[in-house]
Amino acid sequence: MNYGNLIVIAFRALSNNKLRGFLTMLGIIIGVSSVISMLAIGEGSKISIEKQIQELGANMIVVTPANAMVGGIRQNGVIEQTLKLKDYQAIASEVPYLESCSPYVTKSGQVISGANNAPTSIYGINEDYMDIRRLSVAKGEMFSDQDMKMAAKVCVVGQTVVDNLFKNGEDPLGQVIRFDKVPFRIIGVLAPKGYNSMGRDQDDIIVAPFTTIQKRLLAIPYMHGIYVSVIGEQYTAKVIQEITGVLRQTHGITGGQEDDFNVRSLEEMSKVLTMATKVLTILLACIGGISLLVGGIGIMNIMYVSVTERTREIGLRMSIGAKGRHILFQFLIESIIISVSGGVIGVGLGIGAALALRFFLGWPVSVLLYSVVISFLVCTVTGVFFGWYPARKASRLNPIDAIRYE
Amino acid sequence: MEDIIRIENLCRNFVVGSETVHALRNVSFSIRPGEFVTIMGTSGSGKSTLLNILGCLDTPTSGEYYLDGMSVRKMGANDRASYRNLKIGFIFQSYNLLAKTTALENVELPLLYNPAYTRRMRREKALEALKAVGLEHRIFHRSNQMSGGQQQRVAIARAMVNDPVILLADEATGNLDTRTSYEILALFQRLHAEGRTLIFVTHNPEIAEFSSRNILLRDGHIIEDTRNSRIGSAQKVLDSLPKETN
Repeated sequence: MNYGNLIVIAFRALSNNKLRGFLTMLGIIIGVSSVISMLAIGEGSKISIEKQIQELGANMIVVTPANAMVGGIRQNGVIEQTLKLKDYQAIASEVPYLESCSPYVTKSGQVISGANNAPTSIYGINEDYMDIRRLSVAKGEMFSDQDMKMAAKVCVVGQTVVDNLFKNGEDPLGQVIRFDKVPFRIIGVLAPKGYNSMGRDQDDIIVAPFTTIQKRLLAIPYMHGIYVSVIGEQYTAKVIQEITGVLRQTHGITGGQEDDFNVRSLEEMSKVLTMATKVLTILLACIGGISLLVGGIGIMNIMYVSVTERTREIGLRMSIGAKGRHILFQFLIESIIISVSGGVIGVGLGIGAALALRFFLGWPVSVLLYSVVISFLVCTVTGVFFGWYPARKASRLNPIDAIRYE
Repeated sequence: MEDIIRIENLCRNFVVGSETVHALRNVSFSIRPGEFVTIMGTSGSGKSTLLNILGCLDTPTSGEYYLDGMSVRKMGANDRASYRNLKIGFIFQSYNLLAKTTALENVELPLLYNPAYTRRMRREKALEALKAVGLEHRIFHRSNQMSGGQQQRVAIARAMVNDPVILLADEATGNLDTRTSYEILALFQRLHAEGRTLIFVTHNPEIAEFSSRNILLRDGHIIEDTRNSRIGSAQKVLDSLPKETN
């Protein structure tokens, strides 16, 4: 048999029944596009929620000196002097999965500029701290490595400090302020962050090079803490373990001896994030699964009904000489054409709908490649199978039974 | 001359629920080229079952059937399909045209399943057949845009487009009014006059007048097999009918 003729037959059958073909295709288009756009919305929300939680600093780890027993008296950890620069260097160079790492010293006190003064805190840190705490410089610039080496008396101030000291709206950049009698030149202003969830004003801070604060302001050989951020929350536990190991080594702590430091992560945040991600992933899978199921059943129905309805046509074709395999081949071609073109249109429409939501409503959407591939495959395979299967059943009937089929 | 159709002791049983219905019981006859045979009988006499078997659309329970010298009973489904395509033209009571499809495409259909025909030959052949049934001005009309008589003509053109050895018609005028019925009958008589072999199944006794031989079935048996020496002319009857006013 000339299979070219069967392709002609299939195309004639399709073009003579455009409405039926279109309605069948519609089932596939809706199936594919709804899966893609639903999952794109779901994934978009997931990403935006994850980002918001990350903003809070979920992958942050803080190392602080621990309260040790001295002569049977438990000391306050804050006054311990056990964390040294070499501890920071050891962590920065030896612990894997670190994104950023910063030493940390702080002092509370009065900041003065001309006739104005206000209570605030100053933090001695390095540039990495900005990433760890998600701070950014809105105006001016951040201090440089050079400033760090020279222990330069420069600082970057928060918006609240600016508001308190420069009530007439003067430009704070270049102004010299004094903290505990030490003058600092303002080289930048931090982007406002507002209050945190504990009700603390996050803009009421001054940051300055670690070396400046440690040497010039506090004149101490130790530090108050080390801030670390991990490349992903999933590594947090591993990194805590590593830091503990490194510090026990540098501090010469062995066996059952108590650590003289604490390594803490924002575990609660981390838990919230893991939980939220898990719930969202399950939700996404449910949305995708249900859309696919509904789409698949729709396609199955419409294909099955439209082919079953054509049993008489199949009977007629057989009565004028079509063999079983001719019928099968024709229906296979028809359902492939309908399913694949429906699938392609569905992919276009699904991605288009997702992009339109982002463009017009500003929804966070993200089209997932696997949703495109899976929905396309499931829908077209379902379409082709349920176009072919009833045709196979009909082609095995006696021609006279098929032609009399009601 | 060799028989086109020879059947011997043909039986066909249907199992309906727990009962067996004997639609055909030991039917035997043969048909020679150029005959116009009407097969008559009341509903349930087995005439349609017989025609379906003759058209290779159904298989007998027992007995032999030779079409153009070959035993159909021994053929597989694919060979029977080829036989239907090459040797038989079947005309149904309800036309069975493809919906929303042009007359030309409907008539071309059997040739599409025959690899021996090229596109051009297919079209020429189909146009020729449509001309023979007087529809050369309707070739691009779709089946739903035509009257019953026109649809049946398309069906007849489709049945003869492959030059079959025999044309089988199952109540071909059953759905048509009197005038159109005579038009179709006149067409059949013309085809007969051109030398084609025809079998026409009907329950209408008037039609037997226009055929060369009449086989009467009752309860699955042949009870009468008569030759008609005085064949009436359907064209004359048609001419004598009052012209339609609209």
